[in-house]
Order: sequence, then structure tokens, then C-alpha cells
Amino acid sequence: MSALLEAVDLSCGYGGETVFANVHFPVRAGEICALIGPNGSGKTTLLHALDRLVRPMHGMVLFEGRSIWDRPPREVARAIALAPQRATQSAWPLTVLDAVMLGRAPQRGWMAPFTREDRRAVGEAMERLGLGALAGRTVSTLSGGEVRRVLLARALAQAPKVILLDEPLTYLDLHYQAEVLALTKALAKEGQAVVLTVHDLALAALCADRVVLLAAGRVCANGTPLEVLRHDVLAPVYGDRLDVLPHPRTGQPIVLPRAAG
Amino acid sequence: MNSSAAAPYSFSTRRSLGWTFLLGIVLLLSVLASVVFGAVSIAPGELVRAVLRTADANPTQRLVVWELRLPRAVLAALVGGGLASAGVAFQALFRNALADPYVVGASSGAAFGATLALTFGFTAGLAGLGPLPLAAFVGAIATVLLALLLAEAGASSSVTSLLLAGTALGTMLSAATSFLLLWRNQPWFQAFNWLLGSFSGRDWSYVAVALPYFFSCYAVLRLLARPLDALTAGDEVARSLGLSVRTVRLVVVCAATLAAAVAVAVSGVIGFVGLIAPHLARLFFGASHRTLLPASALIGATLLVWSDLVARTVLAPVEVPVGIVTAALGGPFFLYVLKSRGGRLS
Repeated sequence: MSALLEAVDLSCGYGGETVFANVHFPVRAGEICALIGPNGSGKTTLLHALDRLVRPMHGMVLFEGRSIWDRPPREVARAIALAPQRATQSAWPLTVLDAVMLGRAPQRGWMAPFTREDRRAVGEAMERLGLGALAGRTVSTLSGGEVRRVLLARALAQAPKVILLDEPLTYLDLHYQAEVLALTKALAKEGQAVVLTVHDLALAALCADRVVLLAAGRVCANGTPLEVLRHDVLAPVYGDRLDVLPHPRTGQPIVLPRAAG
Repeated sequence: MNSSAAAPYSFSTRRSLGWTFLLGIVLLLSVLASVVFGAVSIAPGELVRAVLRTADANPTQRLVVWELRLPRAVLAALVGGGLASAGVAFQALFRNALADPYVVGASSGAAFGATLALTFGFTAGLAGLGPLPLAAFVGAIATVLLALLLAEAGASSSVTSLLLAGTALGTMLSAATSFLLLWRNQPWFQAFNWLLGSFSGRDWSYVAVALPYFFSCYAVLRLLARPLDALTAGDEVARSLGLSVRTVRLVVVCAATLAAAVAVAVSGVIGFVGLIAPHLARLFFGASHRTLLPASALIGATLLVWSDLVARTVLAPVEVPVGIVTAALGGPFFLYVLKSRGGRLS
């Protein structure tokens, strides 16, 4: 199957300084791709480059074979949605419902009134993330995990083909980590491509079909969790104070830091 | 379950419409009150006859109502609505609770432009704008753009620097305006009326000048309600949703500055309406611009109608500049907002 979204020889940076260079990987429909790497390795920048937020210094990002920079912004927003790491602090936050409703703007337009279909899509997205009871609350009164779910719901409401999730599992308690993991699997099953950044390598192994390891400004490894989450692959990047164990039930790798000795 | 999430949306829209309608009625009553009270009191029966211009109406009262008080009240309402809309826009743009046309420097820029035109006797007009409004508009937009340029050059997160740049420019321009007035020995009373704002002696011609500008500015901002919501949610979010943030910013800055500039051109510098009205509206209607804009405009209009009524009656027959009244109301409110936000500016 051909790639839905593809980074081709992609180099990005800020103010002349390169964050990563010559990144090349495809994302197929129905696939979950986890970006891992140490702090500051450029995972978020790469995610932003895939969402047309950062202009590449070199190379390009193709959606269905055509560069996202050759497409109008709204067309890209209809196809690719991003749930950012955190919400911008605002002096007067919108209600949860209004915040999720914004996700419909790429489909409906910025000035057209929302339709029944928009309300249905928003209701469904909020339902999937258990936000129904919070609809009237303002975003500023929510906990970190609740805000995270609002950002996810907005991305779902966009009804995209590719969904980019920046650290979707941080701030979430165990219950919602399981919910979001199940949600990403469900989205992939529905045919969406999911790209997510993850800090916790064990969680990456749990959900991803493919793991891309980003370090020192380049892709160090790209393959299945079993291929990438190995001591000999991770040790050069994270140092060798780590253990890789097989999951007792699934056999997928679990990566843990080694505390002492 | 879908309907449970959709229901509060339609409910809140309907409720907001009701409240907006109520605010409109309050504004109408305020305009009527402003027509009744003054140096010459008019009894309700007389007022009805004067307003309807019936044959048995007292000609003096008819004159007072139709040529003095009504145009003044209508202009005050327009200016109040315009300043409040500009305040909403600037606050959304900078994601800052304390931004208003005055803080960003648009008003002082407009005052400086207009004073320059007065002092040197400019006579050029453009597109229906007389020399004064034209000079006020040019002064306002030049100041805001200069503040934007200075802030962009200063820092990548430009919110605080823009407010600082706007405030610094505003102070400099106010000093320059005072200098011009002193230098050409303009009468102090006239200067005060200009710098603190006044609706004294404003007739229907001012309404005719201001009306189209205020309405088009308001219409543009109202059309951009959803992009304004997206801007308050953050640039990253707005761009990710496919909004061209730069274009929206530019259009919003132009519309809000035009509204502020026209306000200064017809009534002088009136502060704090652009700050108070949006905050009052937010308390009752929330932050969504779909309802925030009309509510703020109506509250701003009502506030300024009452401020003008106080301004011309409290020391009658002497008129207090209306800016003093709004500052006396707005100053404490400004301090309250600052305190309740723990002194944080952004």
C-alpha cells in the first residue's frame, strides 16, 4: 500500500540552526507510527512539519503524493489534524464545547454557520473522550488530563485522514491512558493514519505498528517495536542504563531505566 | 448521547440571543432617558409629542430633543459600541485582558493626528472622511503599525512588548499633542474637550460621518468571530486549523483601529469603555466572540450614553468632558481586573 503521508528527505530548523536532517519515512493509512527520541531530539518539530506549521529547510512532506505546501492551508487542515502537547494559556478560555467546535472550521469554513452534521461530529468526538459532562465548563477550570482530552476531541472533530498526537499520553491517569491507547487503535482500524510522539518507550511498544527513533538530528532506527526497541539500538542513544524485557502476555518489548548497579 | 453534547450548544445560543435582545432594550431606554434629562427637563407626555413631532409639540422642546439631545445620545451609543468592539478585537488579538484601543496607542495616535491637522490647518479629505477624521485615522493606524513593528523586533513572544511599545508611543504622542496645543496657544477648554472626549454640540452630521464606519468595522469583526475564537485558543491551534493567522490579524487590526480612530475623530479620546464593556460582557456571556461582540457593543453603547448624561448634568450648566466620567468609572475597574489577575499582564 502506498504512503498517505510521507516525509521525504526532510530537514527542519529554526533561525538557520538545523534540528533534524534528511528524515525519510512513510505513514500508511491504518498505521500507527510512534516517534521516539531523547528530549530535544526534534519530535515535536517533526510533528509540526508534518502539519504544515514549520516550513522545511530542505525536502518536503507529501500528502497523497503532493506536497502539503502546494495545497491551501484549509485543505491540509481537512486532511491532517494535530492535537498539540498543551493548550495555550488564554485570559478568557472558551467553553469545552466551543473549543472542540473549532475543529469543525476546516470542514465548514470560517464564516459559515455550523450545521447539524458539525454538531453530530463534535458530539461524537466528545463522547469518545468522555467529555459530555464537561461541555459547558471553561477550559481553564480543567485538569491537565481533561485539557489533553479536549485537544484530542478537537482533532477528532476535524475528521482527518491523518491524526498527529503530540505526547497524547502524558498527564493522563492509567484509565485514560488505556482509553487513548484503545482510541488510537480504533482510529487506525477505521483507516486513519496516526502519528504520535511518546516519551514512555513501553507505551510506544503497546500501541505502535512502527517506531521511528529520532536522535542527534537524524533517524537512527525505523521499524517494528521488536526491531527498534532493543538494547543494542537504544543504548547508543539513551546510554546503557536500561533494560528491555518481554511483556509477559504479549511478548512486546518493555523498556525500563536501570536504577542502580 | 450525541444530543446531550449538542443540546447545551443550541440552548446557550438561544439564551444569548434573549440576553442580547434585552441589552438592546436597555440601550433604547437609556437613549430615551438621556433625551428626558438635562438643563430643560421634559415630561414624558411632552417627550412623546416632541419625539413624534406632533403639531401641538412645544417647538423649543422639539428642537432640544431632535437637534440637541437625540443626535448626541445616538453618537455616544455609536462611539461606545465602536470602542467596545475595538476593545474585544484587541484583547483577542493579544490574548490579553488589559488591552484596549487606548493601551495599544490607537487613540493617542488618532488624537495626535487630529491635533496636527487642527494646528496646521489641513484641509484634505478622502473617501467621505473630513480632514480631522482622516488625520485621526492615519495617526491611529500609523501608531499601531509602529507599535507592531517595534514589538516584532523586540521579542518572539510579542504580547507584552506590544503593550509596552503601544503604551510608550501613546505617552510620547500625548506629550506631543499637549505641546502642539500649548505652542499654538489653543484655548484650554477646547483642548480639554478634545483630549478627554466630549459630545458637546455634536449634531446629526457627526452621526452621519461615524455610522457607516462603525457598522462596517463591527460587521467585519462579527464575520471574523470564529477566527477570533481560534486566535484566543493560540496561534499554533489557529494555523493547524488552516487559518491564515497573519491575514486575519491584519484585517482585525485595521477594523479595530478604524473604529477607534473614527471614535476619536468625532468625540476625542475616551478611555476605558473598550476595557470595561468586554469584561462585563464576558462575565455574563462567556468568551465566544459570536455572542461576546454584540453584547460588548451594546454594553459599551449603554455605558457611554449614561456617561454622557452624567457628564452634561452633574455640574450643569457646565459640561464635564465625558472622558473624565468614563475614567472615574473605568479606573477602579481597571485596578480590579489587574488585582484579580494577580498582577500578571499576559
